[in-house]
Amino acid sequence: MKRYLPFVIVAVVAVATIGSGALLYRAKRPHVLSIPEDKTLSAKSGPESPHIRGNPDAPVTLEEYGDFQCPPCSMFAAFLGQLEKEYESRLRVVFRNFPLAMHEHAREAALAAEAAGLQGRFWEMHDVLYREQETWSKAPNVRELFESYAGTIGLDLNKFKNDMDSEQAKARVDADRHRGESLGIQTTPTLFINNQPLETKDKNPEGIRAEINAALEKKSQT
Amino acid sequence: MTVSRFRTIIYIVAAIVSLAGLADATYLTVQALTGETLGCGGSADCFKVLGSAYARVAGIPVASFGVLAYFSVFTFATFALFGYARARIFLILTIGAMFLATLWFLYVQAFLLHAYCRYCLFSAATTFLLAGLVIALPPGRERSVA
Repeated sequence: MKRYLPFVIVAVVAVATIGSGALLYRAKRPHVLSIPEDKTLSAKSGPESPHIRGNPDAPVTLEEYGDFQCPPCSMFAAFLGQLEKEYESRLRVVFRNFPLAMHEHAREAALAAEAAGLQGRFWEMHDVLYREQETWSKAPNVRELFESYAGTIGLDLNKFKNDMDSEQAKARVDADRHRGESLGIQTTPTLFINNQPLETKDKNPEGIRAEINAALEKKSQT
Repeated sequence: MTVSRFRTIIYIVAAIVSLAGLADATYLTVQALTGETLGCGGSADCFKVLGSAYARVAGIPVASFGVLAYFSVFTFATFALFGYARARIFLILTIGAMFLATLWFLYVQAFLLHAYCRYCLFSAATTFLLAGLVIALPPGRERSVA
């Protein structure tokens, strides 16, 4: 019996490792839902109306749930610019705020973007916030930096300051956040292509392009 | 304490320590497979390290190699404990390779990424402990049962 004991011990540890790994994987695997019909873009207005860039009638919609203080979102924002150039009028991009509690200034950044949006400059502020992320993320007084960004993109500074504290801006951020939570989102960036969530394995330039191409193909067949 | 008893204690401690490393490496592998290390929302301190290009080899998370390595250490320590003569040399070689890999990963974190992942540091501490144990291992051959 003693002859077989080490084999038994090693086999037990192997089974326990694989089993616990599988259980952990099941628990941690993201369960993001598809966007239901009643939550598609055309069905909502007011605080839930999204920020759209690109051709409004594009066959493919890429919807992002992002956090302005999240480094992967910043990297994705740079890649998004390339995608928009590549696909031109075939792609429209939608941004939804999903500020994570772990990021100290994320909510304030989302409010700054929404305040800029109230003056029609959401995407300009979106781009500046991601481009300057490293600077403001570590700054003690982010408000001052956000106000300087507002100045550089030509906003009315007094209105911007008031709008950052407005209920309207807060309602927009909260509406996006609640929408994301109802879809099961936990991490950023979370991407949807024509209302279908992008799987983790496809969260890379090749995977995203392949999914957009598949969505274009599907649209051309219908 | 006899040399044989001291050796037995070292093998038992090495097996227990390798289980701690195995749990850590399994957790990191699952994190990589679920995509937590590619986005924000999981372990913030791990994103910069585990989301970097150094965390994968040919698309495979390096943590999964850690799972294999720690499992091998556990296996060899267990077999050595039961007197399998060749297990000791495999144990020493595996821990030696892990020690070198750990030095490389510490260099990457300190000088290339300028960020530390606490799970990776735990793994480094585990490997250093295992290296210390094999250094303390008294020379000589096991009683062979094979």
